[in-house]
Amino acid sequence: MAKRKAMDGNAAAAEGARLARVQVVAAYPITPQTPIVEKLASFIDEQKLAARYINVESEHSALCATIGASLAGTRAFTATASAGLALMHEITGVAAGCRLPIVMPIVNRALPSPWSLWCDHSDSMGERDQGWLQIYTENAQEALDFIIFSYRLAEDERVLLPVNVCLDGFFLSHTSEAVIVPSQEEVDNFLPPYEPKNLVLDPLDPMAVNVLTSPAIFTEIKHQHKVAMDNSLQVFKEVSQQFQENFGRQYGLFETYACNDAEIIIVSMGTMSGTVRHLVKKMRKEGQKVGALKLTMFRPFPGRELAEILGKAQGVAVIDRSAGLGSLGPLANEVRSSLYDTANSNQGPVVCNYVAGLGGRDVTEDTIALIIKETVQAVEGNLKKSYESRWIDLLEEAESI
Amino acid sequence: MNIMQNQTRGKHLFHGLTSCEGCAMELVARTVLDILGTNTVVLTPPSCSAILTGFSRETGWHVPSFMANLEAVASYASGLRTGLEVLGKDKVNVVGYAGDGGTVDIGLQALSGAIERGHRIIYICYDNEAYMNTGIQRSGATSLGAWTTTTPGGKPTQRKDVPQMLLAQGIPYLATASTAYIDDLAKKVEKAKNTDGPSYIHVHAPCATGWRFPAHKTIDIARMAVQTGLWVLYEAVDGRLKITKEIKNFKPVEDYVKMQKRFQKATPEMIMELQRFATEGYEKLAERVENV
Repeated sequence: MAKRKAMDGNAAAAEGARLARVQVVAAYPITPQTPIVEKLASFIDEQKLAARYINVESEHSALCATIGASLAGTRAFTATASAGLALMHEITGVAAGCRLPIVMPIVNRALPSPWSLWCDHSDSMGERDQGWLQIYTENAQEALDFIIFSYRLAEDERVLLPVNVCLDGFFLSHTSEAVIVPSQEEVDNFLPPYEPKNLVLDPLDPMAVNVLTSPAIFTEIKHQHKVAMDNSLQVFKEVSQQFQENFGRQYGLFETYACNDAEIIIVSMGTMSGTVRHLVKKMRKEGQKVGALKLTMFRPFPGRELAEILGKAQGVAVIDRSAGLGSLGPLANEVRSSLYDTANSNQGPVVCNYVAGLGGRDVTEDTIALIIKETVQAVEGNLKKSYESRWIDLLEEAESI
Repeated sequence: MNIMQNQTRGKHLFHGLTSCEGCAMELVARTVLDILGTNTVVLTPPSCSAILTGFSRETGWHVPSFMANLEAVASYASGLRTGLEVLGKDKVNVVGYAGDGGTVDIGLQALSGAIERGHRIIYICYDNEAYMNTGIQRSGATSLGAWTTTTPGGKPTQRKDVPQMLLAQGIPYLATASTAYIDDLAKKVEKAKNTDGPSYIHVHAPCATGWRFPAHKTIDIARMAVQTGLWVLYEAVDGRLKITKEIKNFKPVEDYVKMQKRFQKATPEMIMELQRFATEGYEKLAERVENV
């Protein structure tokens, strides 16, 4: 039987890994991810999880060891954040290119410089084109569920790709809330024991893995990867259906709230989405036609599905929790691109991009209210159309600090 | 040359590989696999040994292989070894086969970590004293006075002694070896295979292309390095040191230096320093043997 327990996002992610019966954990500490690997060490020590634990000497080695374990034929796990993820960057491409179904939470923390311990999405956004699936979670329940969900998704032979489950640092990782923890039996019914379906390093089935590849076939191997990325959208929906049947909770590529007749839709990811929904609910009571869309799956980007919802609005406010220096925020770029065909018909919405919540700054109700106000102005044509992001929560003395 | 002509040796690596003429790296690889057999997985970094792992649809190994990242052979090996143990495949030999650059420079952290954690992996460094696969750039293992494309006037500093660093760290089995003493190498690989924990063998592997000597001289030069005392053959089981090829009458370092064009820019002071390095280095090791 499932049990209701109080736990924070990190504990929930660790619980998810335990229930998924991961067999090898490679661990290196980094704030705010550390409690995940601490918790897993305890699980193994207390024999609540039958896994081997590798105390690696860097995040770079953490992902290499995870890949090694996966290539041996085991279900492997690691977790990281911020600078640790940046150090792994060279290796994230190997995990994805070797088509290994590794699940790795990223507990989002701003990348230096300047140094910050706190949340933004600049770390995971730096990995967005490395060929991993990326899922952004809003609460501890999602953190737990998506670890289990992601192994099932990753291990599907139409996918065979690694998955990042992203948790907002501190806002989610260190905040306790009620979580329904499924029983081991329930999880076992949903997630069968791991069986490698592609590359393995086994003397009984010798193969050379990850070799130098000539221009004659490099493109084709990359294309296989692209096809798998494309497949994952459909497989996500199937896994979601199965998850709903087994656990009673359903997850979409994104979640809409009051979007049907909405004139303005706010697009967000992660923990701020709760605040957005709260404000939308309030404004709906006041008769204002606003809606909220929380994006769960960022990679692959479900552009077609999003455009169907957002295309009907007059204004779309995209909140990016990373700076996107030199361009719009990464989320806004994707959303604008998805809406290109609707925009060409001159009926598409005005898309405004707001950068907010960097380096742990709270995205408050007031900030979101201001975002909606400015988007309404843009729709009414009272605000100059902008190809730049608007930094909405900037202090007045920004240039003199 | 008898060894190379003997078809029962080197059979676990295909013939006709694209390594250079006179390549010591390939000879070492054949010897290692002779001893370990086919219940083995080999990890190589992008390096000369990557030639063995393969190109597109071809591979040189008769055993499974993985092309690791340059600094991470030991990390991948740690995870692979652990995963194999989880599945009960304890008897599989997990071998890291890397050059000096991938070992003593960029791969040192990962190697040190893997040894500290105690994984049962066999790490073999073939030391050709430079980044040869990228076209002869100096590494931390390049000899004092040696020309490379990034030390055009001769390397101003001495090579670092990574076997001694790893010995200081504590490792169940460590050995140095040479391409000129294949039987000695083979015995050491056998010991590594039977070691319950990490093992490390550092093999001196002269490179005709990078050191500028005729390809048929590979073995002569490797032997001369040992006979001058510049390269000492020893092993350490649980830290107990033993010299496996004692040298009674040392040949002068100058004889070794003269055989290779890479030392053409070396000054007389550098050669004197190399001589001192050889003499004192051997003496220091010999003292440690007696003290055990």
